[in-house]
Amino acid sequence: MAVCIAVIAKENYPLYIRSVPSQSELKFHYTVHTSLDVVEEKISAVGKAMADQRELYLGLLYPTEDYKVYGYVTNSKVKFVIVVDSSNTSLRDNEIRSMFRKLHNSFTDVMCNPFYNPGDPIQSKAFDSMVSGMMVQAC
Amino acid sequence: MESLTLSDVEQKYYSDLFVYCDTDNTKKVASSGKVLDLFRAAQLPNEVVLQITELCGATRLGHFGRSQFYIALKLIAIAQSGLPLRVESLNSVKDLPLPRFVVSKSEQEARHANVYSDTENQGPYVGVIPRPPGRVQPKKVSAHEVIQPCMPTSESQPDTTSPVVSPHQSPPTSPHTWRKHKRQASGGNVDRQPAVAGAVWTPFREAQSGAVTGDGMWSAHSPPPPVQESWVSFTDTPPSSTLPTVHPSSAQQESTTVRTLASAATTNEIQRQSSAYDDPWKITDEQRQYYINQFKTIQPDLTGLIAGSAAKEFFTKSKLPILELSHIWELSDFDKDGALTLDEFCAAFHLVVARKNGYDLPEKLPESLMPKLIDLDDSSGGPEPAPEVGYSTSPVEVTPNKSPSMPSLNQTWPELNQSNEQWETFSERSSSSQTLTQFDSNIAPADPDTAIVHPVPIRMTPSKIHMQEMELKRTASDHTHPTSPLMAKPPDLSEEGKLATSIKFPTNTVGDGYSSSDSFTSDQEPITSVVTRQRSHSGTSPEGLKAVAPPPPPPRPHPSHSRSSSLDMSRNFAPVPAAGQQQAGVVTYPPAVPPRPLPTQMSGPHSHRPADGEGLASHSSTSPQQIPEQPNFADFSQFQAFAVEHPADDGEKLSDGGQTEKCVDNAAAMRTVKNEAQADERAANVNSAKGSTPLAPPPKPVRRRLKSEDELKAEVDDIPQKSVLATQPSIPRSVGKDKKAIQASIRRNKETNTVLARLNSELQQQLKDLLEERISLEVQLEQLRPFSHL
Repeated sequence: MAVCIAVIAKENYPLYIRSVPSQSELKFHYTVHTSLDVVEEKISAVGKAMADQRELYLGLLYPTEDYKVYGYVTNSKVKFVIVVDSSNTSLRDNEIRSMFRKLHNSFTDVMCNPFYNPGDPIQSKAFDSMVSGMMVQAC
Repeated sequence: MESLTLSDVEQKYYSDLFVYCDTDNTKKVASSGKVLDLFRAAQLPNEVVLQITELCGATRLGHFGRSQFYIALKLIAIAQSGLPLRVESLNSVKDLPLPRFVVSKSEQEARHANVYSDTENQGPYVGVIPRPPGRVQPKKVSAHEVIQPCMPTSESQPDTTSPVVSPHQSPPTSPHTWRKHKRQASGGNVDRQPAVAGAVWTPFREAQSGAVTGDGMWSAHSPPPPVQESWVSFTDTPPSSTLPTVHPSSAQQESTTVRTLASAATTNEIQRQSSAYDDPWKITDEQRQYYINQFKTIQPDLTGLIAGSAAKEFFTKSKLPILELSHIWELSDFDKDGALTLDEFCAAFHLVVARKNGYDLPEKLPESLMPKLIDLDDSSGGPEPAPEVGYSTSPVEVTPNKSPSMPSLNQTWPELNQSNEQWETFSERSSSSQTLTQFDSNIAPADPDTAIVHPVPIRMTPSKIHMQEMELKRTASDHTHPTSPLMAKPPDLSEEGKLATSIKFPTNTVGDGYSSSDSFTSDQEPITSVVTRQRSHSGTSPEGLKAVAPPPPPPRPHPSHSRSSSLDMSRNFAPVPAAGQQQAGVVTYPPAVPPRPLPTQMSGPHSHRPADGEGLASHSSTSPQQIPEQPNFADFSQFQAFAVEHPADDGEKLSDGGQTEKCVDNAAAMRTVKNEAQADERAANVNSAKGSTPLAPPPKPVRRRLKSEDELKAEVDDIPQKSVLATQPSIPRSVGKDKKAIQASIRRNKETNTVLARLNSELQQQLKDLLEERISLEVQLEQLRPFSHL
């Protein structure tokens, strides 16, 4: 259950960002923004054979005292960032991976839509509902 | 607090109420404030309210937690239905109606009551009702808009930016179009557009009431009648409603066609619906034919696909906003392939038509529009298009929207949704599993092959089987040696240390039939025949060594072997733990197995030859020493006698290479010769050293085998000499000549064995290299493959 989920375009501007409604939404946005640095660092680590050896799942980007940030980058340099609450210790790596996989699948579905122009904010309801399913529920 | 079991409807309703009351978002509600207002709105006497509060424990805690709130709500429902307030009744009362809260507006009240009763009667709709708008707009609800469970909630955002509002229960009742020019019949809708937050409700409701006359819409069993009404109202201005939209684009033919189609569609729809409520999303024949014609203009092949770009151009002509078109696409592109089949195209077109006619887009593809499910006159009567607000972004709103869909959709959606999810998950799973399995399979063969340097352990199995074969042959002729030779063999092996045995394996690919690899043996002509025989065994040996990934096919043993050998093996390796037999056991086999074929072969081909008592006697000296290590060693000595007796035969057989037996014989001959040739001390030492090997843990044989290769060669060289030396002094009998001949043959055999061993090792090296290449290629393939999984 994520607290915040963001999709960042290749040029590092957000295509989609959704957080659990709370007072600290701005904080999540900021966290996602700063996590991009870590993502960049990770994807530039593999010099040669770019996509061949680089795994899409980046894993834990960096933890803070309140939450953990996980990253995932696609082959087209679109980045997914998931922020989860640190108190939610039951989340395993596999679950995070599956969340990213679902995100990726939904993202490709959005991309397949001819009416979607790459670079536009994602407004697909299916994508929304999928993300909602992964967010921490309000109740 | 007792555990409270709530139905889904209740759960949603209560959670909505809780959120409504929990304005502070503190997850608990103070006893004063909205909660009490709510309870008072339940029209229960104050004392009852107090009692409820007390029962649920709020008075204890001083506030309403979620559970207390839920319990209180349930108690209210109980009280409202006239049942005595008891804690036990919380879970015992079934089919409890939802608690009712009076609203200020009488019409709302009536409506709520009606709707509420409706919901009571209609299970499927219940989920729809308990969605107090307050859930969505707690802050926006005006004072008089207390929780109204029956409110056909407009979950949509009340703001004007997306004024599309969708009632939950009977969407058609207020097919709110947010196009001003449409829906003129439902005048109230127009108000919605400029609606202010909070005020949206009222105009909406009014619109609804206006649109829905008191013809018992609420009490209707299904929304279709409202649908009818809406359709009816729609028919008042079908031309007018469609025309305005079309006017701007009248210049374009497409829009004209759309208009005509739309009007035709609406007419059709109306006609159909006037008779009995049908699925508004069903495609009539006329419509379908039109769609098909349109499809042909883009894609002549009706079974082909329309590319996304072409479809985009086509549907853009309908002048719908891109966002809506995008949503329509999402709904209609069922297989998410970026292209439209005929069915998908029809669904998309139909949705476009419906949208242009004021129908709101559903959250999910209606049943009747499902690809391959579109069957005219096939949809159930109940399903409504569920034109919910299309663009609510709140996740909460989205989720509830799903449930309140039409009953039939409710039934189908979960399956479809699940199927979708299942598709997703399945694909994920399958892909992952594929990667896993492929990877494993890729790696597995590589590992064992690369790691396998000494198929020794595995050979045990094949050799075992082989031995059984031998045994059978032997038993057919000679029953005396069935087990003894076999037993003797292990000791024999042990004495030479798995070295000999292991070494023999590669070298005796011909002789033993336990070649480490088929290819190696096959290269050698004289061994060809043996190889063929051994192939089965050798195949298993490398694999068996790494019992991990590639399921080592048990050496295609001859059935006879398994039987007899198993007996022997069990006897031999009784101390070896069963688990060891799988892997370690396999390892332990080698020492025991090789000897078997020798005796069997020896006995087999030589079965007709009587045991040489003299030979036995001559070698008896060795046997006693060996006996302590292995039982039945004495029997082995008999074989030695045989071997001694018939070295020539062995040599012949070797040259023939026709059968593994020959090789075995050769090896056996060698071994036997070795045994007899070796000095007693040496034999004893070796025996003691190797005698423990059969029982040693698996790694040992491997290790021994490693060094055995080298050692064996050395030994081979040494042994002949020693054997010669040993034999000479030990054979100062009349049989000396025979012994010399035997020893000569033995020497020859050993030389051959050495050569074979070298060849074997070379071939093994080649095999390893090839396997490594294969692994690397497979890994590369795997690396390239993941992309297709995404």
